[in-house]
Amino acid sequence: MVSDPVDGAVKTHCPYCALQCGMEIGPELAIRPRTDIPANASGALCQKGWTAGELLTNGERLTSPLLHGEPVEWDVALDYVANRLAAIRAEHGPDAVAVFGGGGLTNEKAYTLGKFARVALGTSQIDYNGRFCMSSAAAASIKAFGMDRGMPFPITDLAEADVVLLAGGNVAETMPPFVRHLDGPRMIVIDPRRSQTAKLAWLHLQPTPGTDLALALGLLHLVIAEGLVDEEYVAARTTGFDEVRTSLSAWWPERVERITGVPVYRMRQAVRAMAAAQKAYILTGRGAEQHAKGTDTVSAFINLALALGLPGRHGSGYGCVTGQGNGQGGREHGQKADQLPGYRKIDDPAAREHVAGVWGVPPESLPGPGRSAYELLDALGTPGGPKALLLFGSNPVISAPAAEHVAERIAALDLLVTCDFVMSETAAMADVVFPVTQWAEETGTMTNLEGRVLLRRRAVTPPEGVRSDLDVLAGLAERLGHRLETDPVKVFDELRRASKGGLADYSGITYERIAAEKGVFWPCPEPDHPGTPRPFLDSFATPDGRARFVPVQHRPAAEEVDEDYPVYLSTGRVLAHYQSGAQTRRIASLVKAAPEPFVELHPDLAEQLDISAGDVVRVTSKRGEAKAVARISDAIRRDTVFMPFHWEGANRLTNPALDPTSRMPEFKVCAVRVERDS
Amino acid sequence: MRLVVVGNGMAGSRLVSEVRTRDPHMKITIFGAETCQPYNRVLLSNVLAGSSRPDQVRLLDSSWYAAHDVEAAFGSAVAHIDRETRHVVTEDGRREPYDLLVLATGSEAIVPPIPGVERAIPFRTLEDCERILESAQQARKAVVIGGGLLGIEAARGLAGRGLPVTLLHLAGHLMERQLDVEAGEVLGETLNGLGVEIRTGVSAEAVLEDGVRLAGGELVEADLVILACGVRPITKLAAEAGLEVRRGVVVDDELRTDDPSIFAIGECAEHDGMVYGLVAPAWEQASVAADVITGGKALYRGSRLVTRLKARSVELAAMGETHLTEEHAEVVRFSHRARGTYRKLVIRDGRLVGAILLGESDAVGTLTQLFDRGGPVPGDRAGLLFPGLSSAPVTENPTLIPDAAKICQCNNVTKGQIRACWEAGARDVAGVAAATRATTGCGTCKDAVEGIVSWLCEQEGISV
Repeated sequence: MVSDPVDGAVKTHCPYCALQCGMEIGPELAIRPRTDIPANASGALCQKGWTAGELLTNGERLTSPLLHGEPVEWDVALDYVANRLAAIRAEHGPDAVAVFGGGGLTNEKAYTLGKFARVALGTSQIDYNGRFCMSSAAAASIKAFGMDRGMPFPITDLAEADVVLLAGGNVAETMPPFVRHLDGPRMIVIDPRRSQTAKLAWLHLQPTPGTDLALALGLLHLVIAEGLVDEEYVAARTTGFDEVRTSLSAWWPERVERITGVPVYRMRQAVRAMAAAQKAYILTGRGAEQHAKGTDTVSAFINLALALGLPGRHGSGYGCVTGQGNGQGGREHGQKADQLPGYRKIDDPAAREHVAGVWGVPPESLPGPGRSAYELLDALGTPGGPKALLLFGSNPVISAPAAEHVAERIAALDLLVTCDFVMSETAAMADVVFPVTQWAEETGTMTNLEGRVLLRRRAVTPPEGVRSDLDVLAGLAERLGHRLETDPVKVFDELRRASKGGLADYSGITYERIAAEKGVFWPCPEPDHPGTPRPFLDSFATPDGRARFVPVQHRPAAEEVDEDYPVYLSTGRVLAHYQSGAQTRRIASLVKAAPEPFVELHPDLAEQLDISAGDVVRVTSKRGEAKAVARISDAIRRDTVFMPFHWEGANRLTNPALDPTSRMPEFKVCAVRVERDS
Repeated sequence: MRLVVVGNGMAGSRLVSEVRTRDPHMKITIFGAETCQPYNRVLLSNVLAGSSRPDQVRLLDSSWYAAHDVEAAFGSAVAHIDRETRHVVTEDGRREPYDLLVLATGSEAIVPPIPGVERAIPFRTLEDCERILESAQQARKAVVIGGGLLGIEAARGLAGRGLPVTLLHLAGHLMERQLDVEAGEVLGETLNGLGVEIRTGVSAEAVLEDGVRLAGGELVEADLVILACGVRPITKLAAEAGLEVRRGVVVDDELRTDDPSIFAIGECAEHDGMVYGLVAPAWEQASVAADVITGGKALYRGSRLVTRLKARSVELAAMGETHLTEEHAEVVRFSHRARGTYRKLVIRDGRLVGAILLGESDAVGTLTQLFDRGGPVPGDRAGLLFPGLSSAPVTENPTLIPDAAKICQCNNVTKGQIRACWEAGARDVAGVAAATRATTGCGTCKDAVEGIVSWLCEQEGISV
């Protein structure tokens, strides 16, 4: 069932977001939604999913390795890269070679990438774009629950809830079929924009960008002040509430109103609805998380959930709405700077010993933790930083903050190697580009936003000249004197052993089980273990089994508006595009739906700046400038403009100020000047 | 560097935590006359109203000081400042040296000099609050003297506990410093509906055993009398030390008194002729002083005042210069007394310089921020007072939707495409979905597509 059923419909999953909708690819590449995968069991797909097949055939594919822009044989390219890597390592040491991965890679690739970096390259310098995704939520979940499984419950549980509070997420655009699970509950949406999702809400709270943390504190203050704390739950299942309660005295709602702009009576409506619900969920998305205080913001929302007695109760809970296709699995198996497979810590001696044993190397040979994503990109080509970068499944020239600066750092490298299936903006800068397989051309597992491990099957034969990322890694490793598996099944078997005993334990999961069971929830420690859809029902993954309240305080955004940069910029997504747009900007119908970047601004701000709809607008921050077409809408606050980040531009403006814990950059708020371009 | 702070209230405790955040090593000693932990005075009206317990208003746990290496001397009143040798001396004789000293002595309730006033309880401290609550248990009728912010919150709180309350106020309308006449009257009507009898323009002459006697002789019956007649800065310590004191201890933009090693913040301080009685300015001052004390260059330039009443079922925000009239400013006003709604904007030179919002309103956040930031007021004044008013109405009627309008966001399908699809033979949602993929994403456009299809069918007389 893992082989190549090139004729007949093949059951697989969408290439894009973390919902990982089930889809069938039939003859002529006809795509149909599957009805056996809970995420989209009602037969839903969004336009991105329906049109996903176009990238397989529309001539945008890379099919030959490129060396300095010229097509070359695979062996030539592999030899060149291996020789250069060896030379750079010999001259500057192992940390002079860096690896950058992606949250869209399969578990097998993410795992192999981490192993390749630590074993074949011996470098500590590996991180990935998931750092820009849900790292804040992951850090806060680990603090509170001892474990980060984005949504620790099946997505279908949501429909039974009375209330769902979604802080900083626009699922109606980013993962439309998600909305079908929110048909039943009353929705409370927190977003500086009246997004497509906020329009569906029973209550929309529209805070100033960068103040979600204050809002969460104000909501919890009200829960306490109105006597709505689930005291029995707090006593039985948590620790640390007293300290949090005291710290909240300073966040009375009228103060929070002044900071956030959210009226007190609206906050009161929100907490009363939450407290009155029999079943309720709090979900966070990138809007709350992509801040220099993102971890604390999520901690504040988790505190709120704990005070209301939600996590670890069947039918209620807290969850992070993971974004990238394998954003969950990608953060578990070792492409993160501080991590080893199974969600193990790289500085934990027991973890090192276990993983080194599976890899057949001495534990002391494994490097320690390296730089986080932005710090890694920022160090490229600097005196103490990496001289070479191997890039997989990411397009940082578009997607990293302060993108112009990042492009400069990349340009300063001695060697840039990318694996891609289209010529992304970053691939265009590379010394060597390896053309690799894409989703329907390869088999592998993906772990979706629920923590459900899914099987993507190969449905079509890849074009001639194209190889899997696993082949590239094995080819380079071989030349550097190491052996890596290239068969996804064998890689997965090794991953199972490496993850055994870790938090994200996959050891009981097999391709056969995934196929038979429509996905398996980790942790799944034994072949006869049913998997764990709701891991916190009996206890949390902390040493004492209790969830932890974490006291946090609000502070202003890393960059506040001033006279020169008087308007807030927030960035986000549109329905027709995914991430840096490298894939979706190459699909005709998606380009037709959303052809160009835009700046959304309020009519009052537009009037004040003498900007009309359709004008070209110049947006400037301390880091750079971008131009885009004006869209006038009263769905956004008067003090804020919004830009989608799927095109070059928005991230030239964003602020690389990092969260001290998660190292997440502050994508969601910075100060800009907005002018009509003359 | 040895820092000594006198006063462990909202300003003093805030200053200490701000200094400690900035400098983990400075030696800090804080003296507090009260024995309890610092608490949030803003929340006392919640305690009075019964929505918070007294132990829920603490700002710092008692363990905080030791954990942050701050020496806390509570129940230890400072009696004297020896500026010569730079020591503070407590009532019990302790001498503590300082390099820098911060006075955060706060203010005390004003007790009017009328006969029998000792029978009344001022509403100022947590202790007062507890006394009031104890008396309220047996009381049958209460009188609150003073119709400012605190008096109203106290009266509302007691009324919420089922106690009949009369509020006596000397001025012609409530909160006369923050509100214009009409707003004061609308507020009075709202409170009346919540069980608070309002008597304005009356002067209490004496507190008797059975009530309060007004000037003119009338007796307002009560067995519980509460005083909320304003506060006075506590400046005795500073004055005796020879520091410049007017209404409060006079400070400059660094919050320094005329002795550069002594600062004053909070309700005891007077900056640029202003003595502030709200928490926000005190915390802004604490932040600036902490910065200066730890070597920073922050300056305090005064605070913008936003008054927010905290009384259940009464939403009131008042800010800035609410008394300006059309002669001196542009005034936008909306009044709907039957619903307890009153909204007023005062605009000068294109900036919002004052506002009153009475009654629930989504405008309050936007207006407070516009006032705080001093940004330009948009041309659409009505849209500011009535958010949502300017939003385009959602067209429910399929005939009115233009062909170019997107019906299915998820699959980018317009009404025109649905019409074309219908013209090509699709007669139901499933048919439209099969041809256009409309409704196959989030599914929320299903009703709209259904509406368009049935409308087209009706047009052609086709039954569905």
